[in-house]
Amino acid sequence: MAPFPLEALFGKFGMYAIYLAIGFGFGFVLEISGFANSKKLAAQFYFKDMTVLKVMFTGIIVAMLLVFSAVALGLLDYNRVWVNLTYLWPGIVGGLIMGFGFIIGGFCPGTSLVAAATAKIDGIFFVLGVTFGIFIFGETVQYFEDFFYSSFMGRFTLPELFGLPTGVTVLGVVLMALFMFWGGEQLEKIFGGEDPAKAPKLRYAGAGVTVLIAVLLVFIGQPTTADKWDTIAAEKQPMLDNREVQVHPAEALEYIYNDRVDVVLLDIRSENDYNLFHIQDAQLTSLDELPELTKTLLQKPANTLFVVMSNDEATATEAWKALTAESLTNVYILEGGINNWLDNFSGAGAETENADAALPHPKPLTNPAPGDDILRYAFPAALGALYPAATPEPHDFEIEYTPKVKLELKQASGGG
Amino acid sequence: MEETSKKETYVNSYFGGTLLGIVLFLAFFITGNGLGASGGLNRYLVFVQDLFAPEHVDRVAYLLNMAGGDKNPLDSWIVILTTGVFLGGLVAGLLNKRVKFVTNKGPNISVKTRWAMAFLGGGLMGFGARLARGCTSGQALSGGAVLSVGSWAFMFAVFGGGYALAYFVRRLWN
Repeated sequence: MAPFPLEALFGKFGMYAIYLAIGFGFGFVLEISGFANSKKLAAQFYFKDMTVLKVMFTGIIVAMLLVFSAVALGLLDYNRVWVNLTYLWPGIVGGLIMGFGFIIGGFCPGTSLVAAATAKIDGIFFVLGVTFGIFIFGETVQYFEDFFYSSFMGRFTLPELFGLPTGVTVLGVVLMALFMFWGGEQLEKIFGGEDPAKAPKLRYAGAGVTVLIAVLLVFIGQPTTADKWDTIAAEKQPMLDNREVQVHPAEALEYIYNDRVDVVLLDIRSENDYNLFHIQDAQLTSLDELPELTKTLLQKPANTLFVVMSNDEATATEAWKALTAESLTNVYILEGGINNWLDNFSGAGAETENADAALPHPKPLTNPAPGDDILRYAFPAALGALYPAATPEPHDFEIEYTPKVKLELKQASGGG
Repeated sequence: MEETSKKETYVNSYFGGTLLGIVLFLAFFITGNGLGASGGLNRYLVFVQDLFAPEHVDRVAYLLNMAGGDKNPLDSWIVILTTGVFLGGLVAGLLNKRVKFVTNKGPNISVKTRWAMAFLGGGLMGFGARLARGCTSGQALSGGAVLSVGSWAFMFAVFGGGYALAYFVRRLWN
């Protein structure tokens, strides 16, 4: 499924060749649309020539429709598409400053590059100005860092803001853009003396197609976690069956103590079991809460290892499927769950010198209730992470295990 | 070096926009990233700064990220993409015979004023683009297409800023 791991597929050179080709296409389109001409760009702000609005919003709605169609068809993974993170106020203030720069200077950074490439001297001065502005920013950002990092909302999208399905939001954006095109043409008629009747009629057909696709997207909907699992099940189910992703408690412990790896422990059990006992720093969550949590987890740094656990493995395996379907990488299941953890760390070896003698140890039940994913230890009290087994010291235990973890570093993506 | 006055031969805006949308979609589909321009210029600049004042780059956190230690600020997809933008513009200009040393300006200002204003406007753009973490391409266009809330707020701010000031600087263009 797209996007593709370009560096792994084509090497660094091949990957850069692709980026060069995309940039080339972008520059080419900007030039043939007239964006190397500052007069044409500035005319936008006097309602004489709405080219900027038309090209930009057509670009946005065409790309949007293609992106979300590809996602709906299961061809593209939206979770791995870079969505600019929202830092609301720095974005708005930066945008206002850029708006001033646009009307004073007559370009934006991308169009000025194309202008400079086609020897427009004002474009060359603008590029030098942009570089100077970036330089000033780099030298001064330390004095307003608090503002620069303020109002952070993460990966926050319009469907989430409005609480609407993606398809409906897409349709709304298309209709808004078409309304703006209509308004823009009226303004050009009034202020620029353009006659909209002379523009190609084909544009009505184009408008119709965009609305049609958007309406289809409303009905098809975007894939759910279960749909996503179905598309990757053939590839991922064998990893479960071959036990490639079930980590031994001792290996998980190694990573918890490894400073170079950030470990996120997700405890998918009842609150009651969690209160009785949980591993230090484990986060209580449930299968229902996972989708919301996944969004935060996807933002974690590349060197993060996720370990999901239940009392045995059944619920943890469900959680693993859900997280993997949402493209989270480096997700593992605690082998044998909390029961196996306690088997390893709550036995005789756990009675170390620094264990609080006053604390009673959990005891294995002699007659555990039958069934899967049930806690098979008895706890004298709901002490949570206060039991020594919640914070075992790796060097107190010599346990042999087969290493399973292969840390995969995500493709770095980012905005320009 | 006079103003261009010949008739426009640019493509229809909706056609150009459709091509732009296809390029942007391909960028997302193939690479997972959108388009950009200011990020590439930023790294070219840091590359030069690192040549002249590497200790300084190592002291400023914002620059350190891009060029600290042995990191080469040019070794980034956005630099390559930005270079592509320049080449694409050049080739399109050559094919349409539009590569000419000219200064596009309003009729009531001198060429020198236009150059000064281009530099000033560029400076504001560069500063604003870094503050907003992306320019018209990297934020508005790319983030807009994948429905980022911040990108849409940013986009309205850019147009708002432009329209708010347009009346007061009308002599520059009209």
